[in-house]
Amino acid sequence: MKRVAIVGTGIARYGYRTDATLAEIAYEAIKEALDEARIGPEDIDSFVVGNVGSWSSEPLPAVLIGEYAGLVPKNGIRVEAACATGLAATRTAYNMIASGEASIVLVIGVEKMNESTTPQVVELIGRAGNYFWEFQNFGMTFPGYYAMYATSYMKRFGVREEDLCEVAVKNHYYGSMNPKAHFQNRITVEQCMSSRYVAWPLKLYDSSPITDGAAALILASEDIAMKITDSPIWIRGWGYANGTSNLSKRSDYIGLEATRVAAEMLYKKIGVDPKNPAKYFDVANLHDAFTIAELMALSDMGFVKKGEEHIVVREKQTYIGGLIPVNLDGGLKAKGHPIGATGVGMLVELTRQLQQRVERGRQAPIKRGWALAHNVGGTGHYVFTAALSVDKP
Amino acid sequence: MSDDKTIIKKLPEHIDRLSEEALSLIDNIVRETGLPIYQDPKTGAPMWLDVRELRLRYVIPVKNIEEFFKGLRNGVVRTTKCKECGTIYFPPQPDCPKCRVRNMEWIDIDGEGELLTWTVINVKPLSFSHLKDYIVGIVRMPQGFNILAWINVDSHEKLAPGMKMRLKVGRRDPEGYITYWFEPI
Ligand SMILES: [Zn+2]
Repeated sequence: MKRVAIVGTGIARYGYRTDATLAEIAYEAIKEALDEARIGPEDIDSFVVGNVGSWSSEPLPAVLIGEYAGLVPKNGIRVEAACATGLAATRTAYNMIASGEASIVLVIGVEKMNESTTPQVVELIGRAGNYFWEFQNFGMTFPGYYAMYATSYMKRFGVREEDLCEVAVKNHYYGSMNPKAHFQNRITVEQCMSSRYVAWPLKLYDSSPITDGAAALILASEDIAMKITDSPIWIRGWGYANGTSNLSKRSDYIGLEATRVAAEMLYKKIGVDPKNPAKYFDVANLHDAFTIAELMALSDMGFVKKGEEHIVVREKQTYIGGLIPVNLDGGLKAKGHPIGATGVGMLVELTRQLQQRVERGRQAPIKRGWALAHNVGGTGHYVFTAALSVDKP
Repeated sequence: MSDDKTIIKKLPEHIDRLSEEALSLIDNIVRETGLPIYQDPKTGAPMWLDVRELRLRYVIPVKNIEEFFKGLRNGVVRTTKCKECGTIYFPPQPDCPKCRVRNMEWIDIDGEGELLTWTVINVKPLSFSHLKDYIVGIVRMPQGFNILAWINVDSHEKLAPGMKMRLKVGRRDPEGYITYWFEPI
């Protein structure tokens, strides 16, 4: 297996983007990544487009973006793994290089959710569980699925809605320093508590927004990477697992088994003690589609004991200077969750964190030079984890 | 909504009513300006309204689980049990992936379940927008599997983990077709 490095990153502004089409917003990210790597479309061997779609009008996003970005007749494909599409697409591109088949691969995560109305998006994403047995008769929604976890978790560990809000407060705090974030306003626990319920016990401020956005990465094999840049960021390894389609078939509702499996796989591969991952990573992006998701990820990824997540958050241990700084870009909650772009956007953020070039105030101190990404598809239906490093594997 | 219709007719009528006003406005814009372009109310950006609406209504095979629906007509929820290894599958399915055979028997689901978790759907999908907030829960059945369904109770505050639940079958108002739900015992 060949070593694979990230040599270029790009990210479009996340938000309600009525000013750009799917191809245009993708190109904002692609152009930035190509400019960073100082290469052109002619240097790309293949490209992978992470896009979930259905709310947006174009059914073949990979060919559309290939044409727009001057990549014809390069090979491009679309990858879909629900909200984990971004890391799934990156892993596909990684494997193209690791196998020796390609030298430079472009990864694009993109989503234009606001081409449909909010009730339609609620409909489409609510269908993203087990359609026939959960949606057809019972009208589940995306917040509803996570709310089932929130109810069980809160009752079990005596966690209050205020504790969930602390996650939103932190992510808005860091989002306020990220010019590419959907929400750049700080919020208080009181504001969060007074927001309306979307799926009791989850409120509007517990939820990531409906976001348009795009992110891009240029991956290169070792020999090429060293020619392109003197500060490549290396992809150390991957973890991955799936959960059941039916939420009723999960073993419990206080964590995601797929996250635990994907964490274990990754930690084993890269030599991280699963009991103390905080010792290895300077910064982490944990999938916070809802506040409860970030809390559960903290324990499922091994950072804290199950049931103690809210205490750690209350103690500000997930801020810079704490046990493990989490979601310093604002996370899905404040930066936004343009489904197919989300995982790619996490890696753009973590690459720039490790290169110490994000905005002051949200830059983690980089000591060991390792970063962790955790990307969940649906409600634990897919999970991908990845580790990045400054030092060569 | 008139009650002689089921959800099959009611829902498209309801959804059409929701967009009627907005579509009339755009219709006027097309007549006046020649194009279906309007200004986004939040950003003022020019937006093209898709002229070709995509309506999807899937047809889903139920041949291999027809017993389930026959059961509903008779007021019982049934599911499949592998005759080889005894594994019970809910939702029902004709194949046992453990034995890699198709040799199921149908069993009635009965007894008291225990509530594991629940939520209230406050913000509803478009195709459920004709309904008041509804409660969905997951219940552990004594035969060792879980069922997700609505819980018929007037407030979520009356619910607690472990609460005993009974499965009910009937025509659900106001939709008019047979399904199943839970009621506290
Ligand atoms: Zn069997």
